[in-house]
Amino acid sequence: MNYQFNWQLVLKGEYADWIVKGLVVTLKISAVSIVLALLMGTVVAVLRMTRIRPLQWLSLAYTEFFRNTPLLVQLFFWYFGCNVILPEAVNKWLYAHDYEFASGVIGLTVYTSAFIAEEIRAGIFSIPRNQIEASRAVGLSFVQAYRYVILPQAFRIIIPPLISQFLNLIKNSSLVMTIGVADLTYMARQVESYTFHGFEAFTVSTLLYLGISLIVSFAITMYNKHFMLQVKY
Amino acid sequence: MAMIEVNGLQKWYGEFHVLKGITEEVNKGEVLVICGPSGSGKSTFIRCINRLEEYQSGTIRFDGKDIHDRDVNVNSLRAEIGIVFQQFNLYPHLTVLKNVTLAPIKVKGMPKNEAEEVALGLLERVGITDQAHKYPVELSGGQQQRVAIARALAVRPKVMLFDEPTSALDPEMINEVLNVMKDLAREGMTMLCVTHEMGFAREVSDRVVFMDGGEVVEEAPPDEFFKNPRHERTKAFLKEIL
Repeated sequence: MNYQFNWQLVLKGEYADWIVKGLVVTLKISAVSIVLALLMGTVVAVLRMTRIRPLQWLSLAYTEFFRNTPLLVQLFFWYFGCNVILPEAVNKWLYAHDYEFASGVIGLTVYTSAFIAEEIRAGIFSIPRNQIEASRAVGLSFVQAYRYVILPQAFRIIIPPLISQFLNLIKNSSLVMTIGVADLTYMARQVESYTFHGFEAFTVSTLLYLGISLIVSFAITMYNKHFMLQVKY
Repeated sequence: MAMIEVNGLQKWYGEFHVLKGITEEVNKGEVLVICGPSGSGKSTFIRCINRLEEYQSGTIRFDGKDIHDRDVNVNSLRAEIGIVFQQFNLYPHLTVLKNVTLAPIKVKGMPKNEAEEVALGLLERVGITDQAHKYPVELSGGQQQRVAIARALAVRPKVMLFDEPTSALDPEMINEVLNVMKDLAREGMTMLCVTHEMGFAREVSDRVVFMDGGEVVEEAPPDEFFKNPRHERTKAFLKEIL
């Protein structure tokens, strides 16, 4: 073996810039998708808690469908399959902007929100029934009761499983390179194609993923520990 | 016109017939005490009045209007009929003050500072001062129940329902809650109280209703109820608890 390690290649200069650019895209697509997945997951979870049967079925179908099909296939569907059913104007707008990024966000959001919805539902079930009763009894509507009483308590309980869903999303975001989003993995691959120094490129990108995950996990845990009141009954 | 008119109220839990035709009228300012053995349907009965429980037949009218009328908004109805639960059910993630202000702000659209002023006034009225910024878990059971009363009063209900408000309390805290309830009664609040506190019934109630097996067995003004219970079941019950 006479492979010459060249760390300088990926730590400095043009190739390092590529990696940084990819890192920024990964952070961006993850952040946007996490926020959207959290919102979507909350809506899907709460729909299931209503007394309206069709809404419950819709929520159930959504979670089961998106949890039980491969993310890669879903990404391909949004990227290659979806444009045929979208109105022309929407397609034009998407192509003019960042079609790849948008498809990636939709794919990651929808897939992760199905898992998040299940975590949120578990959180809701761990809140005593009398909390919803006490909120409805003073005249709060169903939505208000969830918004101000039930969900704030449920979220405190499910922080740990939520963190792992966020981390899954960040790691899963590497799949968006397959639909042409120039994320960290895409860029590492690019560096490898130009330099044949795949070992260095992918070592660096792996460590960057590890770094992001550890930081996110640590930050949320600390926030939870110091700023969120632990609910006792 | 009576404030609350209940007519032939019946409810089943599956096969179990919980309420077997309750007919009752409550006038404005009246204080009713409802007692009876556990499982007699008394809690279920008062919970039907603010639609926390659904029922299968009979009618309940509030201010002359059927509570299941199409144009009755269930949330506004509930804001007019306050309820205090056995287990207090305060919101554990909110401070005492926020527990009280949540409904006025969200249901009544009251500005925050006004809601806080009202809340502080109510907290003072129930004897909770200087605790507004604590969390429920930091308060004793009696204090929590008094906060729950303030929370129910914050949306200015016309009627207050009490569902065994002192049953979960340590004995030494029962009186502080009863005193708040007595004050309310004296101020003219219309109240339906499910309770076994017979001292309270004697002192402030206008009528005592005895329920057993899903029906009203006997009802009378407190003096008469305690001195001359007519029904055997009432006598047996009173013997048990007095």
